[in-house]
Amino acid sequence: MIVDLMGYGAFFLSTALIFALITLGLNLQWGLTGLFNVGISGFVAIGAYASAILTTPETVDRIGGFGWPIGLGWIAAAVITAGAAAFTGYATLRLKADYLAITTFGVAVVVQLVALNAQGLTGGPFGVAFIPRPFAGVQAEPVLFNFANLAVIAGVTLAVYLGLERLSRSPWGRVLRALREDERAAIALGKSARSYRIQAFAVGGGVMGLAGAVQAHFIGFIAPDNYLPTLTFQVWAMLMVGGSGSNRGAVLGAIVVWAIWVGAGAFSAAVVPGDWQARAASLQIVAIGVMLCLILLWRPQGFFAPRRR
Amino acid sequence: MSLQFLLDGVLSGSMIGLGAIGVTLTYSILRFSNFAHGDFMAWGAYAALAVVGALGGSTALKPLSFGLPLLVALVVAMGLTALLALALDWALFARLRARGQSIIVVMASFGASMALRSLLEFIFTSRPTYFSRAIQMAQPVGLGIKITADQVALLITTMVLVTAMALFLARSQRGREMRAYSQNPALAQVVGIDVSKVVRTTWIIGAALACAAGVMVGVLVQIRPLMGLSLLLPMFAAAILGGIGSVTGAVLGGLIIGLSEAAAVQFIGGEWRAAVSFVILMAVLLVRPMGLFGVAER
Repeated sequence: MIVDLMGYGAFFLSTALIFALITLGLNLQWGLTGLFNVGISGFVAIGAYASAILTTPETVDRIGGFGWPIGLGWIAAAVITAGAAAFTGYATLRLKADYLAITTFGVAVVVQLVALNAQGLTGGPFGVAFIPRPFAGVQAEPVLFNFANLAVIAGVTLAVYLGLERLSRSPWGRVLRALREDERAAIALGKSARSYRIQAFAVGGGVMGLAGAVQAHFIGFIAPDNYLPTLTFQVWAMLMVGGSGSNRGAVLGAIVVWAIWVGAGAFSAAVVPGDWQARAASLQIVAIGVMLCLILLWRPQGFFAPRRR
Repeated sequence: MSLQFLLDGVLSGSMIGLGAIGVTLTYSILRFSNFAHGDFMAWGAYAALAVVGALGGSTALKPLSFGLPLLVALVVAMGLTALLALALDWALFARLRARGQSIIVVMASFGASMALRSLLEFIFTSRPTYFSRAIQMAQPVGLGIKITADQVALLITTMVLVTAMALFLARSQRGREMRAYSQNPALAQVVGIDVSKVVRTTWIIGAALACAAGVMVGVLVQIRPLMGLSLLLPMFAAAILGGIGSVTGAVLGGLIIGLSEAAAVQFIGGEWRAAVSFVILMAVLLVRPMGLFGVAER
């Protein structure tokens, strides 16, 4: 019993930390740089599919069989997703901020479409299975396996967290903040707003892609349904609850919102009769949407950000 | 090869265009891209469905598949959708607009969109419904194209609505005020234009047209909670292709998107339909970001 509970705790925390990774990427884009990304699910999916395709064994009707080691797959996922994000930024960041939002929304739609229909690349609606999992050797011992995975995910999250903290204090991070606070002054000091923003958007996208890859290898199976707009929405709620601009807030917000989400799901599964389950799930999303709007209205700084200024 | 896809393109294009008018007006006057606009469509369609249900069954006006109740319901639903938009503006958008960060308003519209859509799923479930299940006979009109009475009626309705909109913006006092405000808000206020009325009119027009488009999609295809979401990208692409702020551009952009989608379905495959708007959007942003009828950004 207690062993099961510990195993579940490790599983819960692993999932939450993967969300924390995505939220960290969004915090670099939105919190630090003020770039609005509504296509998070698309970028996460790019990373997940990239790593899955590069590391899975050969299958008949899909490109693959590269057999890369997991770590290399993750790095490739981050680089490929950063490239996609850089191109999105390149196309839109000389224009008004809304155009980036609309384009990222389109990216999510198109990635979803490619995942569903380009069967030779993504496996279509059935997705990609047999994605190698770290520590597959100890899979027979669930507790050890869960904790080993948690350790890896926590390690990645910590590394990204420290890296982003460092980046945001570096001269590069200061330019991003300067651009967000007073674009004209920063431009007058000779900083290219567009180029810095593209860089920030690409790095944030790379983190999201890495998160997607980590998640794919954690679960061992991916399908287009994992990357619906609800994912984008959850990550935004996490960042807004945590407090945009703060990496600590991003991580705590992710854990808290995921706990609420899982808790509400478990509650409605236990209380709501079977034929109302789908409706209860819709109501869960309504609640998060209303919460997001209320936070924007009443507490735009979030709940867990350290007070500054 | 059948030219039927041209008619399909014009039909779906006119619905995209009707929706894009609201997007382009919201962007040029309220200065934010409203991600909840597609959900006004879906809410409008469901509102019309509810009113039709309340009015009770009556015979269809042959050869149309619908009768007087749907026309009454359309008018009532347009009013209800406008009320929804005004309520949302009062509760959410106006307060955030006052703080002056337009991108926060975009984010709020994103949250509101998610909530509105899921609320529809909660009330009506995600199962598609229909205004009428009657099968209509399509009449050949030459060139291998067949058209149903419903489709003719919808095309005429679209033309009437678009013409009325264009005349309203060009000729009426409020229309002139709206254009003035979109070109220069500060100057418009100096000459005594009542901003709150301009804002209200923008919401009413945008939501009413979105509702009309939603009802048309409902008559031609089906009603489902996600119908607005799937038309959101085409509407944004149409508004940007036409040039932000231009009603003619929005309608023309909608037609171009609709025709391109139909051509993609015909020649490439129906599963790639949704990618068409994205390709057009990227091409416009890279080549001519001000669109066909837009003015260059300062």
